[in-house]
Amino acid sequence: MRIHCPICGERDRREFYYKGAAAAAERPDPQADAATWNDFVHLRDNPAGVTRDLWYHEAGCAAWIVVTRNTATHEVLGAVLAEDRA
Amino acid sequence: MRFSGWRVLKEGLTGNRGWTPHWRDPAPKDEYDIVIIGGGGHGLATAYYLAREHGLSNVAVLEKGYLGGGNVGRNTTIVRANYFLEGNSQFYSYSMKLWEGLERELNYNVMHSQRGVINVFHSDGQRDAFVRRGNMMRSQGDDAVLLDRMGVERMVPYLDFDNTRFPVYGGLYHPRGGSARHDAVAWGYARGADSRGVDLIQNCEVTGIDIENGVVRGVQTTRGAIRAKKIGLAVAGRSSLVAAMAGMRLPVESHVLQAFVTEGLKPCINHVISYGMGHFYISQSDKGGLVFGGDLDMYASYAQRGNLPMVEHVMEAGMTLMPMIGKAKVLRSWGGIMDMTPDGSPIIDKTGIDGLYLDCGWCYGGFKAVPASGFSFAHLIATDRPFDAATGFRLDRFRDGYGLMDEEGTGAQHNLH
Repeated sequence: MRIHCPICGERDRREFYYKGAAAAAERPDPQADAATWNDFVHLRDNPAGVTRDLWYHEAGCAAWIVVTRNTATHEVLGAVLAEDRA
Repeated sequence: MRFSGWRVLKEGLTGNRGWTPHWRDPAPKDEYDIVIIGGGGHGLATAYYLAREHGLSNVAVLEKGYLGGGNVGRNTTIVRANYFLEGNSQFYSYSMKLWEGLERELNYNVMHSQRGVINVFHSDGQRDAFVRRGNMMRSQGDDAVLLDRMGVERMVPYLDFDNTRFPVYGGLYHPRGGSARHDAVAWGYARGADSRGVDLIQNCEVTGIDIENGVVRGVQTTRGAIRAKKIGLAVAGRSSLVAAMAGMRLPVESHVLQAFVTEGLKPCINHVISYGMGHFYISQSDKGGLVFGGDLDMYASYAQRGNLPMVEHVMEAGMTLMPMIGKAKVLRSWGGIMDMTPDGSPIIDKTGIDGLYLDCGWCYGGFKAVPASGFSFAHLIATDRPFDAATGFRLDRFRDGYGLMDEEGTGAQHNLH
């Protein structure tokens, strides 16, 4: 699996650290209720198919990126910097 | 048909013409008291114990493919009870007791072999951790023996004891651990359930779960609608997808775990051995293949096959621990899909929906759990109360933060197990 880093270009998967579903970037308000935090920390959509997840280019430019990927085929469909995510 | 040595002899002398199918192939009825979704180890064991322990046989197991075609046929077949934490340790201890009586119970040869599990350690700190784990196992009533380097050397002389980077300091030996024939476990439970009246329905994929006013009514399947008073989900690997049919989001992320087997060799590895400094564990099947595996690929996946970086890591770890396996040729590799929970421990619990029960989140430890999981899940479905040895596997422990069972001590978050 190779991931296209928006800064460095296509790189080996081993250069990246996988954080989890892109929902991990959408941190709730610190005052949000327990159910909201439970959703954020624990519950996942976990789709079989196209998903978006958060990766860190650990052995490269150190950017956090949101990768669009197919969990059923391992096809990598694209990546944007986390700060540019929709 | 009852199996016995006498029967094998008789059939052998009469052309093996007397064997019959191990279970029926029934069409689904319109209604059952209980429907179990998932015809793998856990689902089949659950159906078996519903009939055996609770006298409930108006039960169907719905399997989208063929029985035992999922993770129960894709694991590395290790059976052990060497867990550390309250909640886990009594459960796996109970499972081990069921394993020890399983062949007689099922009248089926599951090739359960208590050849012993050795966890090798490579530093003083690791030794301390294993001493602590061993003491917990013994206090649970299970067996654990601390081996020094000489002790390990006597049992498995082929390890690289003087490895420059990771010399072997000793090992934690768990004599009652071992392995079993994974397919036979599914088949044995299937046969036992079927003979007690459970309908095992294959090629029957659940496409919807019918819920009215918070109460389950039945399922929609590729073979028609089936009404049911109670529904149990035992579909680890796909739990999120099936639970989504009931409008639930689970604390689960699916990951791929790879396994490997070499060509058949003469007996050379007589135990289950795990490496302390890399993710690698190995045993030899009765057919002769060295069966080994490593860690998750570490990204969400439903692909049932992994990528090369983890293949490389596993091979490196294997060569570092026991250089002799470099002579063997790898025959096949494959992947299974693991329900990974935030704390690395499973869930056997009721849901917020009346009549819907959940057995999921087995992470990479589902095979050894099959007997106790089936026993506990059947108990929960039949009585609406958790079985004593499985009271820790609550769904709400993540929300409340109470009763988390994080064996690795890395934190109860996704991606840390």
